Amino acid sequence: MSNINSNKLTTLLKVQYSNMLEYRVEIALWAISGIIPFFMLNIWTNNNLNESINVSNIMLSRYFLSAFFVRQFSVVWVVFTFEEDALLGKISPYLIQPLNPFFRYFFQHIAEQITRFPFAIIIALIFFLFNPESIWIPTLYVFFLGCLSTFFSFIIQFLIQSIIACLCFWTEKASAIERLLFIPTLFLSGLLAPVISFPEYVKSWIYITPFPYLIDFPANILSGNKTNIIYGFVMQIFWISVLFPIFKRIWSLGTKKYTAMGS
Amino acid sequence: MNIKKYIKIYSLFLFTSVASELEYKSNIIIDFITAILSLIGSIFLLSIFFQSTDNIGGWKFEQALIIQGIYTILNGITNTWFNPNLTEIVKHIREGTLDFVLLKPIDSQFFISLKKIAPSGFLEIILGLALLIFCIGINQINVNLGFLILCLTTLFCSIVILYSLWFLISTTTIWFVKTWNATEVLRSFLYVGRFPLNSFSLSLRIFFSIFVPIAFITTIPSEVFLGLAQQWKILLELIVSGIFFLVSRRFWLFALKFYTSASS
Repeated sequence: MSNINSNKLTTLLKVQYSNMLEYRVEIALWAISGIIPFFMLNIWTNNNLNESINVSNIMLSRYFLSAFFVRQFSVVWVVFTFEEDALLGKISPYLIQPLNPFFRYFFQHIAEQITRFPFAIIIALIFFLFNPESIWIPTLYVFFLGCLSTFFSFIIQFLIQSIIACLCFWTEKASAIERLLFIPTLFLSGLLAPVISFPEYVKSWIYITPFPYLIDFPANILSGNKTNIIYGFVMQIFWISVLFPIFKRIWSLGTKKYTAMGS
Repeated sequence: MNIKKYIKIYSLFLFTSVASELEYKSNIIIDFITAILSLIGSIFLLSIFFQSTDNIGGWKFEQALIIQGIYTILNGITNTWFNPNLTEIVKHIREGTLDFVLLKPIDSQFFISLKKIAPSGFLEIILGLALLIFCIGINQINVNLGFLILCLTTLFCSIVILYSLWFLISTTTIWFVKTWNATEVLRSFLYVGRFPLNSFSLSLRIFFSIFVPIAFITTIPSEVFLGLAQQWKILLELIVSGIFFLVSRRFWLFALKFYTSASS
């Protein structure tokens, strides 16, 4: 780790950013494909379902808008890129470089998020055009906490997917496992319904799992809905500190197992 | 058109793609579990909606399950046939291998739409059918021959519409080269098809009847299933699916005129 300096990392980020800028249309389409929370919001408010969970229409629309944002900036796809690279043997030249290849993927994600940013803002503006009453400006403090928790959510998902990606060293199609894990993430993270609306028998155990801290917790902070901020951050950091050693271990085992194409 | 020849070719397609898919056996098991979890997840979400109310958009929980069942079947069909084939179009066009398809003495749309098959989608179709049979029980639906014919016809129409939508978007690859993400946008819009259309606000309902015809894909077949659909709706479904299919066909032939192979 000693040979990583900030110079290297900024260069990596710059390269990946200009790379991503080439695919603006593609990234815009990705951004649009994330609008499911808005459809869900429509179901909630149109049927007055939010009355039962004591959240007003305005707060709920802020929640779903925040959920959209959190999702936009915590989407992870490293397993798909890594799988392709591993299958085609592109990993070999990366392994020779004095830099863990996952830094490359990490900065690809960051660069993609920067490219995505303007499109997400445009979608939010269109949303406000239709729902002018839900406009709000979070305080700087709330905004900072929201960004931080979104970043932690991104890190958790990046670590989970990197662990799955490392399974490529043993099995050929790790992306199937990712698709499997995506289902609980989709339904339990709060993207489609706020965790507060879940029935008791789910709420009793869900806060121990990483899922609510992926979308629900950051979205609640940003939108100003009620949430336990300290507990949330503790849990996020706890999951990061659990996942990171697993990733390191599986990476070192995997690279020993790795045999390049044609051997 | 020699139908016999096409049936024979299709059975060969089926054989080769199933054989190649079976190489990844553990994958298929994982996909099976994914399909089951996905259905459980959607029913869980539906149950959250129904926690405090007994109907959304005029649909009871038992009735909304029918939509869920039809969606699951259609999603299974998408995963089995449309998704693996139509993502392949993008590859064909980018790498210029569409040349080889066009040179073959069979219809290019037939070849491109049916070449591959991903058997893991089968379980979703079976799950959806099982859910529908369960729904017949809890909604006390009278099953007779006329009902079955009507159901199958509308379901067939919605499959045709779904196929045409996928194919239309994939065809635009000829101009834009990378439209893989456009199908992802379509996917997220289709996600709405899990819920009764009436539960959305009027503007979204109009959007989902005209631009992305989810009304015709899941809602009308579900209404037919419940015996609630008026005759004009069924007729409209037939006409819309016919139009969609013709447009996708014409659009493909039109787009081919602009195909210039790779590196040109």
